[in-house]
Amino acid sequence: MQSVAHEFKAHARRALQDTTLQHALARAKGGFIDQRRTAIEALPEFDELRACAKQIKNHTLAHLDYYLERYEAQVKADGGQVHWARGPEEARRIVIDICRAAGARRITKGKSMVGEEIAINPALEAAGFEAIETDLGEYIIQLAKEPPSHIIAPAVHKTRGEITELFYAHHRSHGINERVSDVASIVNEARSVLREAFVTADVGITGANFLVAQTGSSILVTNEGNGDLTCSLPRVHIVTASIEKVVPTLEDLAVFLRLLGRSATGQEMSSYTSIFTGPKRNADLDGPAEYHVVLLDHGRSAMLGNEFREMLRCIRCGACLNHCPVYGSIGGHSYGWVYSGPMGAVLTPLMVGLREAADLPNACTLNGRCQEVCPMGIPLPTMLRRLRMREFEQNLTGARSRWLLSIWAFLAKRPRLYQTLLRPFVRLLAIGSRGTRRSLPLARGWTQSRDFPTPQGRTFQSLYRARQRKQ
Amino acid sequence: MVEQIDSSPVRQPRVGLFVTCLVDLFRPNVGFAALKLLQRAGFDVVIPSQQTCCGQPAYNNGDARDAREIAKQVIDVFAGYDYTVVPSGSCAGMIKEHYPRLFDADAEYYEKATTLSSRCFELTEFLDGIGDGAALPEMPSCSYTYHDSCSGLRELGIKQQPRALLARVSGLSMLEMQDSNVCCGFGGTFCVKYPDISGRMVTDKVEAICATGADMVLGGDLGCLMNIAGRLKRIDSTVSVYHVAEVLAGKTDIPPIGGNSS
Ligand code: SF4
Repeated sequence: MQSVAHEFKAHARRALQDTTLQHALARAKGGFIDQRRTAIEALPEFDELRACAKQIKNHTLAHLDYYLERYEAQVKADGGQVHWARGPEEARRIVIDICRAAGARRITKGKSMVGEEIAINPALEAAGFEAIETDLGEYIIQLAKEPPSHIIAPAVHKTRGEITELFYAHHRSHGINERVSDVASIVNEARSVLREAFVTADVGITGANFLVAQTGSSILVTNEGNGDLTCSLPRVHIVTASIEKVVPTLEDLAVFLRLLGRSATGQEMSSYTSIFTGPKRNADLDGPAEYHVVLLDHGRSAMLGNEFREMLRCIRCGACLNHCPVYGSIGGHSYGWVYSGPMGAVLTPLMVGLREAADLPNACTLNGRCQEVCPMGIPLPTMLRRLRMREFEQNLTGARSRWLLSIWAFLAKRPRLYQTLLRPFVRLLAIGSRGTRRSLPLARGWTQSRDFPTPQGRTFQSLYRARQRKQ
Repeated sequence: MVEQIDSSPVRQPRVGLFVTCLVDLFRPNVGFAALKLLQRAGFDVVIPSQQTCCGQPAYNNGDARDAREIAKQVIDVFAGYDYTVVPSGSCAGMIKEHYPRLFDADAEYYEKATTLSSRCFELTEFLDGIGDGAALPEMPSCSYTYHDSCSGLRELGIKQQPRALLARVSGLSMLEMQDSNVCCGFGGTFCVKYPDISGRMVTDKVEAICATGADMVLGGDLGCLMNIAGRLKRIDSTVSVYHVAEVLAGKTDIPPIGGNSS
């Protein structure tokens, strides 16, 4: 999708006033947090696993070229094809060419964040294909024509009532004329509509949670089983994945799987963990005739060589989003692109440009809760601070805050001057106040939702020095 | 002080107290409370006059150069003490965790920063670590809840220390709030750069505080406390706000932060 990250502030404000959204966010947050906590408390070796996963990923990233080549060779040996895409445009072209060559009309899709990153759906539609999302959440937002608002729960911003209306509006063409509002009926209705798509699709496109170099396999973790039908029923299976998804061996994979489900939804394992290795072999009962993997770079190889390398450890579990008080207040859409929350605030500027997404690294209190829960031990606040440093170097920091900060720094480096100038300033602020001020010139940001506690009157240094003189 | 040292067979350990800019400018009482607590615990406390700010505003806004220069100043000013104590988790975290990182490319100051880092403590962590079991002052019977400021909690692991110290103040009872570990929305310059989001976060925090029914909310970071106090005042709440040091030192004879008093 086209980034609208530059409109962050306006979107955030609107999200805060949207009571339906606020309701959906409040409901989702508590569930994710409690479920994760319960799952992790039941796994005493969680921290060891986390350290182990970090080590595996660091090793893989240090030898990424080797593991990617190994992966490619394995896929080829099994009869599949690997396509390398530098950026979204190249990736889209590759996918469309494969679909054209396959003479496809209808395409089913499993959930794929890389698919979102390269905006594959609109491209497929523009090229004359019919693309249908089969993950329930993705299907809902496809009907609503919205981007995902969460990396693992794309429709988390939608309330059940909204989904009822959405289905009612769109499913009449399928002969369904009643409103359904309980969860089971909603799921059943989506199933019956999607079933037809599954059996008639020519191409299935899925993402991959991991790629295994040793075996050339792509791993898909879902809770609905829709991914399996997307992969195995159509004649052609395309995997869209990014280069940092590779892990060395199946044994390594097990470490990540134990962390992923628990961090994401509090499940020990997701309901379905599928391993796809090449197209259908002679003895197989089913499977696609063609198997393609599109490997996307999109700024990742640059990250490999700069101060954001650690971000490439991310396994897209969503824990940082679920525990972020900013995400919890404004939801995913405010971030203006496919990734949101703390991980999105790091990735979006690196992928769509720092100028476009200048607000994202700053819209964070650096409270560190994301880092605390990240199963890959990614120092997200440090990443955000580094982006702020880049912004400062590139003069992207707002003129007013730059100016105020430089005055503060100037004074902070000159203790005498600092004390001389601030002493009367503080006294002035304290005059005639009863503890707080309701409004204050130049501090509207503060006083918009809270009073401003005024100073006691004299500075500590002046009081303390006076006291010392007396002694 | 000099006479005291000379007359005692063992030199008292010297503590450099870094009061922080917010305490200096807004709430000197916290500085005096920290001073009293440290002296009572038997330290020779020095408060260097050359101190200003720890450099967080520059550091957290991407201005690494100014942050480095301010850090150098703090490092030099506090180099001579056995300990450096700070009544703020975020400023102590800045010195302990972030100063060394600022000097990756400067071996001399990296060394100095690491030394200061190893001797620097947040106030409650320092006092609790001393293990002095003496009872702290009495308070008229009242209840409190505690907000865990983020940097102290996650960078320094401060959670149980202030609670343990407060448990020794007779008359106080603790009422834990929901989500005491969730950010209050202050975040330094964040609160004025993103006032809508910050306002929402402090609203949630204050709701959790009020839901406990406690008379007071305490914490270890003045920034967060001013944020919380400002919101409490805005909704006409009677919950009063103090820094943990003020209560521990029995220095609650002045109006609470923001002036509210129940
Ligand atoms: S940054 Fe960490 S917590 Fe966030 S999605 Fe990635 S792995 Fe999960």
